[in-house]
Amino acid sequence: MTARRVVVLGAGPAGLAAAQAALALDADVVVLDENERVGGQFWRHHEHLTDRRMQHQWSRHERLRGTLSRATVHTQASVWRVDTEHGIRVHALVGPADAAGRTGLTIEADALVIATGAHDRALPVPGWTLPGVTTAGAAQALAKRDGVTLGRRTVVAGAGPFLLPVAASIVLARGAVAEVVEAAGLAAISRGWGRAPWQLAGVAGKAAELGEYAGSLLRHRTPYRTGQAVTRIHGRDAVEAVTVQRVDAAWRPIAGTERTVECDSVALGHGFTPRLEAAIQAGCAVSGDRFVVVDERQATTAASVFAAGEVTGIAGADAALAEGAVAGFAAAGGELDDERIRSALRARRRMHAFAERLATHAIRPGWTHWLDDDTIVCRCESVTRARLAEYADASSRGLRLATRAGLGACQGRTCGPSVEALVASSVGFDRRPILSSIRIGELADLHQTEHKEQQ
Amino acid sequence: MSVRIRFDGAELNGRDGQTIAGVLLGAGRRSWRTAAGAERGVFCGIGICQDCIVTVNGVEGVRACQRTACDGDLVEREGR
Repeated sequence: MTARRVVVLGAGPAGLAAAQAALALDADVVVLDENERVGGQFWRHHEHLTDRRMQHQWSRHERLRGTLSRATVHTQASVWRVDTEHGIRVHALVGPADAAGRTGLTIEADALVIATGAHDRALPVPGWTLPGVTTAGAAQALAKRDGVTLGRRTVVAGAGPFLLPVAASIVLARGAVAEVVEAAGLAAISRGWGRAPWQLAGVAGKAAELGEYAGSLLRHRTPYRTGQAVTRIHGRDAVEAVTVQRVDAAWRPIAGTERTVECDSVALGHGFTPRLEAAIQAGCAVSGDRFVVVDERQATTAASVFAAGEVTGIAGADAALAEGAVAGFAAAGGELDDERIRSALRARRRMHAFAERLATHAIRPGWTHWLDDDTIVCRCESVTRARLAEYADASSRGLRLATRAGLGACQGRTCGPSVEALVASSVGFDRRPILSSIRIGELADLHQTEHKEQQ
Repeated sequence: MSVRIRFDGAELNGRDGQTIAGVLLGAGRRSWRTAAGAERGVFCGIGICQDCIVTVNGVEGVRACQRTACDGDLVEREGR
């Protein structure tokens, strides 16, 4: 009997845990990831450039990576299509990022685990296209992967506990953090988290990690402002300063509370957007709040397709590890009453309780009040708020064709949810027939190869 | 170990293994593309937003944050 083939999309915490669990049941495991090394965003690294103090649970990563010796791992693999109509087939291009003439790869699978993760959501702010403004995740990735900072003095702003490790990484990369600006108010944070975010019952590891970041802020005398937001970014050719302003519980800026903070860089992170396109293409149902629907086995509504990690709900690396283990185990044919999966099921329950607290930092609708008419919302096509407002009542197709919002190179990944908030309707940006950038020449070459094989 | 790339008529030195964005930022460059007449550089840093694209050795549309710099790479600005 040949082993059951489990293909895992994404080699972050969820994907690596899925691979490990499926290997434990002797499945034939294939892992695909677009990066040069496994680890995802959480363990993004380079063997010579990464400051080890920026990594958490590194020994866990090393153990997971060790188990991959029995799997087939394709890094630098951009998955551009997932077919589920006649069995599961995954199409990828393998080679250096955006190179011309990468190698085509098609893999058939008995089961698929989608662990594609999430990326930062940064809300538009007047001035946010200036050089020196990045997402919080970019500041983190550049510090971890490349050992560089965006500037000498950064304001880290947005919402959620992720701002803390970002600030800590900037400091470790020898940058300075002027302030950490959190939009959720202190009252809401106290209600959501207890007295302080780092005093968490039941999740000792998480508590220690958050405590470490809080300690880093204190040591560097970095102010942590709550109930405030960066509502304007100033500068001629690059960032020179920001306006920080109090916001109400709905994140609406409060007039008369503006103050100016000098800085040369801004890291914005208002939450995360799941990377859904592969799951949507595979036929998985997606909930109203845009996450892949899964059952207790991490099975999606599509046959033999499982999902784990941030695509199923933003809950952090520990939840992703637990969900990934369950998904990989189930994808390889394991049953949940098996005692080998019991500890992952327990960890998943515990971490979901932690994740519920993240709702404290969820985006509130008042942010649209800090936009100007000429603030760019769609960065690719330089589409302003005023231009979107003109077509707010148009059909989704009409809106996109008239304004070009979401039709640029990023295909609405950056602006999509913000455009939808501004026009108060679902535009459907996350349905994408092609999952990643592919050159027309590469597509033509693939077609020719397939044609030859059929002859 | 270092890596050297060419950009805007200058030779820029980076650390071996850095991305093109890492080399540019390390050399103090923060923008390398124009959009609607304004300067742009890196934004998402993880290959999602396409804001940091450059032409590398004549091939257009390469995300600087995703591509590891190779010694001798010729990196050119893009604009639209």
